[in-house]
Amino acid sequence: MSYNLTNLLYLVTIVTFILALRFLSSPAHARRGNQIGAIGMLVAIAVTFAKKGLTDYWAIAVAMVIGGGFGAVAARKVKMTAMPQMVALFNGVGGGAAALVSLAELHRILPEPGAPKVDIGLAIVLSALIGSISFSGSMIAFAKLQELLSGRPITYAGQQFVNATLFLACLAAGLALVAGVQDEWLLWTLAAGAALFGVLFVLPIGGADMPVVISLLNAFTGLAAAATGFELESNVLIVSGMLVGASGTLLTLMMGRAMNRSIANVLFGAFGKVTEQAAAVAAGSGDGNVRSASAEDIAVMLAYAHKVVFVPGYGLAVAQAQHDVRQLADLLESKGVEVSYAIHPVAGRMPGHMNVLLAEANVPYTQLKEMDEANPEFSRTDVAVIVGANDVVNPDARNNQGSPIYGMPILNVDDAQAVVVLKRSMNPGFAGVENPLFYNPKTVMLFGDAKASVVKLIQDVKTV
Amino acid sequence: MSHNTLLVFEVTILVLAVFLGVEVISKVPALLHTPLMSGTNAIHGIVIVGAMLVLGLPDKGVFTWIVGFVAVVLASANVVGGFVVTDRMLEMFKKREPPKRP
Repeated sequence: MSYNLTNLLYLVTIVTFILALRFLSSPAHARRGNQIGAIGMLVAIAVTFAKKGLTDYWAIAVAMVIGGGFGAVAARKVKMTAMPQMVALFNGVGGGAAALVSLAELHRILPEPGAPKVDIGLAIVLSALIGSISFSGSMIAFAKLQELLSGRPITYAGQQFVNATLFLACLAAGLALVAGVQDEWLLWTLAAGAALFGVLFVLPIGGADMPVVISLLNAFTGLAAAATGFELESNVLIVSGMLVGASGTLLTLMMGRAMNRSIANVLFGAFGKVTEQAAAVAAGSGDGNVRSASAEDIAVMLAYAHKVVFVPGYGLAVAQAQHDVRQLADLLESKGVEVSYAIHPVAGRMPGHMNVLLAEANVPYTQLKEMDEANPEFSRTDVAVIVGANDVVNPDARNNQGSPIYGMPILNVDDAQAVVVLKRSMNPGFAGVENPLFYNPKTVMLFGDAKASVVKLIQDVKTV
Repeated sequence: MSHNTLLVFEVTILVLAVFLGVEVISKVPALLHTPLMSGTNAIHGIVIVGAMLVLGLPDKGVFTWIVGFVAVVLASANVVGGFVVTDRMLEMFKKREPPKRP
């Protein structure tokens, strides 16, 4: 295939990727967009196979079957609740691939005198650096979300210093390579150092901040792929990688805004370890009385309400209660209650996590309300039912300047006539912050596993 | 094309891609942010093209062969897993089902 034809066909791939993203503007045709993107990827793979001078077709095919087979099985088998860690895993392997490509590319060009040229050297260093961080960082994010590691921030004294030193050392190795030091092992050392940095960098980040981390690492892998595009003079890699890099960065910033925290604070703040401070704040809040109610009482409240809003949080995902919540909602609707769901942008472990879980339970997406749409509705709501959410409904974010989450936009559930909180125990949420909502006279608590509580509510609503 | 001409051309499309990415993504509703991440995750699997070029190099040594092979395995897991997971997610987003007949 000629050089020009190859590049024209790669352009087809680029267009399909843009369409795939464009079609995501509405759930009605988003799936078709993704399929178009997949076809574009197939085109790119086929075109690459047809490239002049390519050898070892069998090795490529075998490697594809191994990797693709693993990807297909893992993606099919995974439960919807485990989706965030699956995305983290696939993101990580992509970053790893980008780093390996740059290592091989340096190995190929080093024998040439004067190689690599400054720009190629820069691209190689960047893709090795960013790709390695993305690889190991994603693996740690995976391990945390899969609960192979504690979701709590893991910190030690001098952590920031160690991380900064390591990162600067990697940067110095990179600069040496760009400046013309012809040493392949320098790049391997850099990649290994960057991988270690990825581990140390994600370890201190708490589970509740994972949406930001996954989004950022996604952007990293995109940037690493774009950098390999410069090494291989491939437009399709540059454009596709950069599309992902730009969108991932934008999404990361949006997550930060949704929590009213800077990205630096999320990444380096080790949020959630500030329990002493939080406890001090909590001591001064609320009248200290928590009202718990029986499922029967709450069932009556729900059955005679006009409007009920469910507020899901990570607890819903952990208990896998989405199907039962939907059943309860259906039951209430059949009794003439108006039901909707209020979704906070950072509820769960990845952006939009709750939307996916509720979609899995066949909740029509027209009932899923974003924060700006949901908040004005609470004043006309009879009962707000909080299922496993905590920090995203904490009124301290509005009222208590001393609270670590002060300033974070929240769902104003306390505007509703009554609030029902389904919660395992009185333990504070991931951010380690006490929640005065629980002490509000409007609030009743129903303690227990979210799924068990919802099942009980379904039974009791039936008998009302 | 000389090396520098090519470089300027590449930087041009890189910068355009940044603006395009921001433009396209800002139209995605929060409802679809998880599929957006998962979908862009699949798209950066395009690094498979780079991995294939490495493993397909003529006259390469064992070192390049191994690195290329691992890179293709990782990138294909990224591609297939990314698109399949995204498809599974998007499949679930439905409007209200037609009312069930009793």
